[in-house]
Amino acid sequence: MPIQVLMPALSPTMEKGNLAKWLKKEGETIKSGDVIAEIETDKATMEVEATDEGTLGKILIPEGTADVAVNTPIATILADGESAADLGKVSAPAAKAAESAPPAEAKAEAPQPKAEAKAPPAAVVEPDPEVPAGTEMITQTIREALRDAMAEEMRRDADVFVMGEEVAEYQGAYKVTQGLLQEFGARRVIDTPITEHGFAGVGVGAAMSGLKPIVEFMTFNFAMQAIDQIINSAAKTLYMSGGQMGCSIVFRGPNGAAARVAAQHSQDYSAWYSQIPGLKVIAPFSAADYKGLLKAAIRDPNPVIFLENEVLYGHTGEVPKLDDYVIPIGKARIVRSGKDVTLISWSNGMTYALKAADELAKEGIEAEVIDLRTLRPMDTETIVASVKKTGRAVTVEEGWQQSGVGAEIAARIMEHAFDYLDAPVARVSGKDVPMPYAANLEKLALPNVAEVVAAAKAVAYR
Amino acid sequence: MAAPKKSVVAKESGQEKANGSPPEFTKAQELAALRDMLLIRRFEEKAGQLYGMGAIGGFCHLYIGQEAVVVGMQMALKQGDQVITGYRDHGHMLACGMEANGVMAELTGRRGGYSKGKGGSMHMFSMEKNFYGGHGIVGAQVSLGTGLAFANRYRGNDLVSVAYFGDGASNQGQVYESFNMAELWKLPVIYVIENNRYAMGTSVTRSSAQTDFSKRGISFNIPGQQVDGMDVRAVKAAGDEAVAWCRAGKGPFILEMQTYRYRGHSMSDPAKYRTREEVEKIRTDQDPIEQVRNRLLAAKVSEQELKAIDAEVREIVNASADFAQRDPEPDPSELWTDVYR
Repeated sequence: MPIQVLMPALSPTMEKGNLAKWLKKEGETIKSGDVIAEIETDKATMEVEATDEGTLGKILIPEGTADVAVNTPIATILADGESAADLGKVSAPAAKAAESAPPAEAKAEAPQPKAEAKAPPAAVVEPDPEVPAGTEMITQTIREALRDAMAEEMRRDADVFVMGEEVAEYQGAYKVTQGLLQEFGARRVIDTPITEHGFAGVGVGAAMSGLKPIVEFMTFNFAMQAIDQIINSAAKTLYMSGGQMGCSIVFRGPNGAAARVAAQHSQDYSAWYSQIPGLKVIAPFSAADYKGLLKAAIRDPNPVIFLENEVLYGHTGEVPKLDDYVIPIGKARIVRSGKDVTLISWSNGMTYALKAADELAKEGIEAEVIDLRTLRPMDTETIVASVKKTGRAVTVEEGWQQSGVGAEIAARIMEHAFDYLDAPVARVSGKDVPMPYAANLEKLALPNVAEVVAAAKAVAYR
Repeated sequence: MAAPKKSVVAKESGQEKANGSPPEFTKAQELAALRDMLLIRRFEEKAGQLYGMGAIGGFCHLYIGQEAVVVGMQMALKQGDQVITGYRDHGHMLACGMEANGVMAELTGRRGGYSKGKGGSMHMFSMEKNFYGGHGIVGAQVSLGTGLAFANRYRGNDLVSVAYFGDGASNQGQVYESFNMAELWKLPVIYVIENNRYAMGTSVTRSSAQTDFSKRGISFNIPGQQVDGMDVRAVKAAGDEAVAWCRAGKGPFILEMQTYRYRGHSMSDPAKYRTREEVEKIRTDQDPIEQVRNRLLAAKVSEQELKAIDAEVREIVNASADFAQRDPEPDPSELWTDVYR
């Protein structure tokens, strides 16, 4: 029976990719290990090697096709003795997968709209107060928004530079720094050895002498090696020096759970850093916020922890086309207004909160959704004003519950709006376990939409 | 102690010198070194006294015995070069030219202290004097000091940073992370390892597989040199060579200063891990201040002239102690300032 070649998953978070190029033609002989095609993911162009031997029977997805879903059949290999006549004999599940593949005509239409990856989902009802009405918007991935924010600030201020593992030649482990080396050169885009504690200290030292480093951690999981320099040196020096010596520095990189990378690579540090006076902590969700807040973080004279989310990097959103789009740090945003219950979240937690708001609306519950965006300083005012209106609140976070950000929000609501509460604040969070690897267990460990819906209904007594 | 200085990467650094005495100081240099070392000695004695009276709280690590290291190194630096160190830092600050009043008032936690009373003994800074602290976490200053050098290279100036740390900090991982980056990027940083033989109560032989600290950079190709850290002339000569190496863009340099602290690790350390005889022998034979004084007397400088220096130093120190006890504590509103700017 002919063998189907499927679109491979080439990173933990890859859902689809572009079929850039076929290196073999139909009818050509293929040996195991031959490079047959090139696939472009959002992070890199990767070669696909054949694992089977035979003849390339049929190319199912022509080169140039964008957004081919993982596991879509892309070609058929005929074994010895088989001919084109055998091509129809594909197994049932594979054929089913093929139905969802983009049609061949898609070639002419690339790039296709990336509707299913769009963040936030269709529920945004509140216009961004930071953006003047009528501003032209461009559609960008969060990855591009971050890159543009850094590039703009580096053009603006010669003291700004980026350092970290694989930020230069490799173009970023997650391609966030793509193109920066080419524009700014090796003096300002600096590959470090794998030495988090050391390069964090070097960055802080450079900041103490007045430069403005952007220190990229490949993920915040690795920043635990450097947390002493972040907290003891960066966060405390201004105070310990009686205001003489500060530290304008951004520590940024992906935080929280990616996908299927297990306990040591899937931890949310929101609560850890948000406890520290002297640090500012930012964890945005939308592409526009990623851009505007990263620019603000780079300009801020204090040390800023900028928590990104790997799952969101490839998501697209509307980013205002403004010369200098800077969002003030410390301001939450009401993304969707409602009167029955307040959902408070940030970063990827917003994915669950917004979808839950859609679900709740179907049942006649109008949820107000607040994207905190900044965790320290926390915009208590916006939270309290909303809770005074709705009388009910649910926090949504991927991190653990004990001493979590949700616990802090609940305490603040109790302190400032106790008399307005019609129900105790509910917390939806990551489960109190290290992140498991197995797909089903990982899903269980993370919060989900149903949990948010259930919590909202519970506090609304519905 | 007093090992002849030797260069680990001698050929490369061109530093091999004949054993024996370091280059002589001029009379003016001898007098200046004497005065600066005396200031540190008397200041630290006074700090110890104030600690005993309860005027200084918390941790207080005295520098007595090690004065030649910072004074000699400072003589090798120029305006703008940066200095950073750990928590045994009072001597470094005075050597950098910071005011005794401000340092002592910080020790007593008063508003006129360099950190307005918020930092204490271990955390003081002076942007004006290019002193970058005063750091309480053992080894942290090594990466930070490497970052200061990084900034110098980034700006393309010819300044050098000096990161001081002890034999104890030399076993921290980030020291080697910093060595690697410093050599990789040819950063102008001098790592001054003040080997006073004890990391708190643990002697170097009990804590360090390689007790020749000048060799700690070998696997990174960083040249190193052992220096008699009790002889201010030897320190200055080694400092001059290291500074020249760094300013020439050749990368980092390691100087192991063989020195000794007479007092305990901190004020609460009875120093039972060493004998009284060991301390006495070094005080008698190698005291950095007595060495200079004896050379000056041998060169026919009058007792009177030396006494005048002594008196001037005592006056500064006494005035600082007065100030540090009279100056008010910080205003309670200061609790909330300087967290952000």
